[in-house]
Amino acid sequence: MKAICWYGKEDVRVETVPDPSILNPRDAIVKVTSTAICGSDLHLYNNMIPTLAAGDILGHEFMGEVVEVGSGVKNLSVGDRVVVPFTIACGNCFFCRKELWSLCDNSNPNAGLAETFFGFTTSGLFGYSHLTGGYAGGQAEYVRVPFADVGPFKVPSNLSDEQVLFLTDIFPTGYMAAENCNIEPGDTVAIWGCGPVGQFAIKSAFLLGAERVIAIDRVPERLAMAKMEGKAETLNFEEVDDVHEALREMTGGIGPDSCMDAVGLESHGTSVSAMYDWVKNKTGLATDRLHVLRQAIFSCRKGGTVSVPGVYGGLLDKVPFGAFMQKGLTMKTGQTHVMRYLPRLLNHIENGDIDPSFVITHRIKLSEAPDYYEIFEKKKDDCIKVVMKPDDLFNSNGAHAH
Amino acid sequence: MAASEKALNANESNERLWRESYGEQVREESAQSIFGNRSNANVSDTERLVSGVGGGALAAYGLSRGDWLGVGLIGVGALLLQRGVTGYCDTYNALGVNTAEKENMTSVKASAGVKVEKSFTINTPPEELYGFWRKFENLPKFMNHLESVTEIDQTRSHWKAKAPFGYSVEWDAEILSDIPNEMISWRSVENADVSNAGSVHFRPATGGRGTVVKVSLSYEPPAGKIGAAIAWLTGEEPSAQVLDDLRRFKQLMETGETATTKNQSAGRAKSTTKFDKE
Repeated sequence: MKAICWYGKEDVRVETVPDPSILNPRDAIVKVTSTAICGSDLHLYNNMIPTLAAGDILGHEFMGEVVEVGSGVKNLSVGDRVVVPFTIACGNCFFCRKELWSLCDNSNPNAGLAETFFGFTTSGLFGYSHLTGGYAGGQAEYVRVPFADVGPFKVPSNLSDEQVLFLTDIFPTGYMAAENCNIEPGDTVAIWGCGPVGQFAIKSAFLLGAERVIAIDRVPERLAMAKMEGKAETLNFEEVDDVHEALREMTGGIGPDSCMDAVGLESHGTSVSAMYDWVKNKTGLATDRLHVLRQAIFSCRKGGTVSVPGVYGGLLDKVPFGAFMQKGLTMKTGQTHVMRYLPRLLNHIENGDIDPSFVITHRIKLSEAPDYYEIFEKKKDDCIKVVMKPDDLFNSNGAHAH
Repeated sequence: MAASEKALNANESNERLWRESYGEQVREESAQSIFGNRSNANVSDTERLVSGVGGGALAAYGLSRGDWLGVGLIGVGALLLQRGVTGYCDTYNALGVNTAEKENMTSVKASAGVKVEKSFTINTPPEELYGFWRKFENLPKFMNHLESVTEIDQTRSHWKAKAPFGYSVEWDAEILSDIPNEMISWRSVENADVSNAGSVHFRPATGGRGTVVKVSLSYEPPAGKIGAAIAWLTGEEPSAQVLDDLRRFKQLMETGETATTKNQSAGRAKSTTKFDKE
């Protein structure tokens, strides 16, 4: 089959690789009908995430048709159309039973490696370095899906791929980030970062009862999308002297009730101390990016909540913990517990509350992925979200094959 | 008898057996070495054999590497080879360790052995975990270094394990203590390639979280503590190994399978990488 493989910094290729096969009783094989490039894939593209290996198949946002099931999978049949959460979870452990799916104990084959980074292992992820299991990803024609009786979620045939594809990651990620804001009626939520997750967080904040959403970014087309699609008020941080002052004025001197960091910081190196050194050595970059978390804490109203869907991997310098403690803030974060949100969010799509396809700016063939990694990375051509279909399923007017 | 009393008595008897297995009762008779006795020998026959063979293999491996680690391995290999031939070890002498004297012991002397203790909480009732573990044939399903365990009778079993550099070691073990759904302990009997003892305890976790499984293993690695250091160099460090074994046990009991990426699709010749457990 054809798959998008990583070979090094800015070196992503279309390769012919062996078709996947069932390796464990609870596996299934899914024939991909649609897949996407995630903003977090760009950190892999830039070689910012440790424990990648040449030949790794990328991709963690994919959906398609079940073509084979292992002997232990009783709830799926060949022919089922499913979206596949990017988090891999066993469904049996303490954490899965508490619906903390991204913290599954049993799905990361490299748990020992993860423990050296984080103290305890988190769940396996598709196509996202060997630290999270080294599972082959979804930018391919076929994917092996472990614990297929837990993750894959059947979707109705009257909804197009583009309407349901983002249930795999960015929609639930934006939604959980908004839920983590502890929104109460009348609240104002400030969201740093208007990439795809930020866009879904804006819509989700309104779905959860926020009265106002203030979206902060500097990329004009992303701010435009936040305003037009998300109905958010926008703040271009390059056009104001001081984001804190601007937010203070916009909220009548109180500050936003919740502040969300949908930007994150990707660290570098192969150990916690290497990450720390990297952060310290690259002060310019690290300060710039960590600036979002600092601003979020500093600008948040007293007793408010800071929600962090942005990805962090290592250690942070100069976090204003005094402001955090003295103002009695709450922080909520974590990789997304995708499975927890699927029925609820499918319901919102079916009700017409949201059509997730609004975020798509580019529709391409799978074999064009290497070019579009670069276009997405450099934010060329107003690129916000790239959706791909295997070449034989692609037709140029953007119609969908099921 | 109340359950707690029963457990207490069992613990006492178990402790006695454990003391024995750690070699606190020193036997009077001295060992006749198959290599012939040398007055200052302080390394047991088994160890001498393994030291000699392992040392040679290590030196050969060091030579084949052709880098600075290789040079170091040649050195260590040469020392082991000498230790195997002479039956005398400077390190043991310095540490006050003498394994030659206890060749007939069936046990592990605390000062000479490696001891590892690890706990895991498994979301499964103790009965199920005990039942699976008590069939020693099941152990190689999650203990990757074991090739096979064969039960000889109710209390005795034959174990075969992988050793560094493609060697294998074998021994017979006997059950010391067996309390259904609570604990099992075992130890190797005479003439084991690797003297070892182990126990596993199952106790209910708080808050209905299943069972806390605690494993204790002690063994005298081939070539003593130097052997343990070499095992560490070659990626088979005991405490990490026990942790990985227990993790696989948990995966198997909670999910019915162990997580793997071996033989998955990849854009390279081999499915797994240096980062992956195989």
